[in-house]
Amino acid sequence: MWNFFKQLASPPHFYRLAATIIPWLAVPGLLLIAYGAYAGLFLAPEDYQQGDAYRIIYVHVPAAYLSMMAYMFMALGGAIGLVWRMKLAHAVGAAAAPLGAAFTFLALVTGSIWGRPMWGTWWEWGDPRLTSELILLFLYFGYMALRSAIDDTAKADKASAVLALVGVVNVVVVHFSVEWWSSLHQGQTLFKKGGPGMDAEMLYPLIAMIVGFTLVFGALLARRIRTEVLHRERRTRWVREMILSPAGGR
Amino acid sequence: MNDSARTQPGIFYGLVAITRRDLLLAWKRPGDVLNPLFFFAMVCTLFPLAVGPSAEQLTFSGPGVLWVAALLATLLSLNSMFMGDHEDGSLDQVLVSSQPLPLLALGKTLAHWITSGLPLVLISPLLAMTYHMPADVVGVLMLTLLLGTICLSLLGSIGAALTVGLHRGTALLSLLILPLAMPVLLLGANTVSLAADNEMYSTGMWALGAYAVAALSLAPYATAAALRISNE
Repeated sequence: MWNFFKQLASPPHFYRLAATIIPWLAVPGLLLIAYGAYAGLFLAPEDYQQGDAYRIIYVHVPAAYLSMMAYMFMALGGAIGLVWRMKLAHAVGAAAAPLGAAFTFLALVTGSIWGRPMWGTWWEWGDPRLTSELILLFLYFGYMALRSAIDDTAKADKASAVLALVGVVNVVVVHFSVEWWSSLHQGQTLFKKGGPGMDAEMLYPLIAMIVGFTLVFGALLARRIRTEVLHRERRTRWVREMILSPAGGR
Repeated sequence: MNDSARTQPGIFYGLVAITRRDLLLAWKRPGDVLNPLFFFAMVCTLFPLAVGPSAEQLTFSGPGVLWVAALLATLLSLNSMFMGDHEDGSLDQVLVSSQPLPLLALGKTLAHWITSGLPLVLISPLLAMTYHMPADVVGVLMLTLLLGTICLSLLGSIGAALTVGLHRGTALLSLLILPLAMPVLLLGANTVSLAADNEMYSTGMWALGAYAVAALSLAPYATAAALRISNE
């Protein structure tokens, strides 16, 4: 078991392993998304309250969930990198941040589009989830800005890992304080999402979308880590040998 | 020197020494302390100029404006927390000291709070009066600012330590610290608003207190780690 982790942490080994994993994540993921999108948009019945407008959850919910998942990857990668000085873990953080920011942005945009028919406004400050998600987006921006401001990769890794960890503690505070704040300022409760009372015909495409998005996220993450590893190891022998070999970078 | 007669200094020795030194430095250069205060006063002046002098509107927006201004003023003073020490090399001496680094970082933060946070709390009643804030709400405002500036100084010390020695430090520091500071602002400003509306405001106050205690116990470690990373 320990040996497996030690091997995983070695950049050339991970580089090759990731190349094998990526199609196994991407293909089922894309198939699930294709099924989920079709079933969600065409087969699932209309909602009795929201009509067709609810169908945006098939993008919104997976995006919102992955926006947080990517942050966990970033923070966990940072923690592992700081504690066990594993360079690959820092590469995970560096690779996860732009993906996380992209999913956060997607969640905000879809949430806002959804808000238009539901609340009659593109942006509703009273909704705690939108506000927390916006703060999360700013946290991602800070993380990426810090990373790009430090030229030395090793230093940038550690500094941004500390920031990600401070951010993780803060995300909890953000969540509860924003809930409290919106409970002060809003009289009526906003509609609740899905829940267990959801119809199976609506629920299955949603689950397919969540799993599909997660798999594709995994494939994209693995792909980004590969690039990151290649960039970081660009002066090492194995990269040079691999590039110069007849197979050329596979 | 008679080595055997010297005893090992206690762990708070460094904290007290570094706080005293920073306070002395601030005393010799009062401009650094006064500038954020003037900034605070000026931002509070901007709002009535922009939204108009109606007493009703100022009473309504007062807590939020004062809090945002205090947050921005604290942010302005953060950049210099480790800057001078980094430039003249005394930060390196702090890092190799045998005293525990988190406590030294806490000492620097404490000095920062005394020279930037505490003055803000002390002049806030003056500005609050121009916003027609009743006396009992001013008390709540001062208490939230007291707890809030402690949180902001501690959070800011992490950001200042992460960005020390970077060229684009100031703008970057704001980008790092503002999202982290948002809950503090939210709790502080809304607690004052609740007090102004004669509603129960203790929840926000307790939460701010809890935040301050948690930051006091955790932030110095993060600052110390960040200082070590920035000065490798």
